Amino acid sequence: MSTLHTVNKSPFERDSLSSCIRLAAKGHSILLIEDGALGAMAGTDHSDMVAGVMKDVSVYVLGPDLAARGMSEDRIIDGIQVVDYSGFVELTAKHDTCQSWL
Amino acid sequence: MATKKFMFINRKAPYGTVYALESLEVVLIGAAFEQDVSLAFIGDGVYQIAKGQSTDGIGMKNFSPTYKALGDYEITKLYVEKESLEARGLTLDDLMPLVWEDEDDDYAEKPSIRLVSSAELAEVFDDQDVVLSF
Repeated sequence: MSTLHTVNKSPFERDSLSSCIRLAAKGHSILLIEDGALGAMAGTDHSDMVAGVMKDVSVYVLGPDLAARGMSEDRIIDGIQVVDYSGFVELTAKHDTCQSWL
Repeated sequence: MATKKFMFINRKAPYGTVYALESLEVVLIGAAFEQDVSLAFIGDGVYQIAKGQSTDGIGMKNFSPTYKALGDYEITKLYVEKESLEARGLTLDDLMPLVWEDEDDDYAEKPSIRLVSSAELAEVFDDQDVVLSF
């Protein structure tokens, strides 16, 4: 069964992203939204953790949340895909279930 | 009324929670009462003053331009913790160029942001009369 995990908290502030990464199964997807979008940035203390899961899990980030925070799409971790709100809907529809790591 | 040293510690990223905006509101109130106001940006708080914020896509007000007005309220001490920037892969160049005009120096524009180490910031905190954390 495929699951879409959404993470809306900064990895610096909460352990939602690290828990999600630890517990997501192969073939699942993770979508970073709201403050969670900060977890998509390259060159941070958490970038290696995120890059490490990407061989098993597809990682996406919501573009408008990056833009709001002044974070450039040019500086996200290689391989993370930027989606807009319709992309969010498509991801939700494409997976069997959705798990929100609040 | 005696002037006190007020320090506002900003620790949260903007937009995901209301802390950043609420802090800014209280900072402006403090300035209206002519107190000696300083701000510190630590942890995710450094994202509050990131350059190039554009909130059109999320339907929220972009309040980052307000930080540029702080100089006009004589709030000229914005401390940014170096360690917090580094942990996030950011440098001073990623922050808004915040300045104030020094009326004693022909209104020369001077930088408001002071990049400090944790140890230096600890000393600044120790010197305050009132510390409010957001």
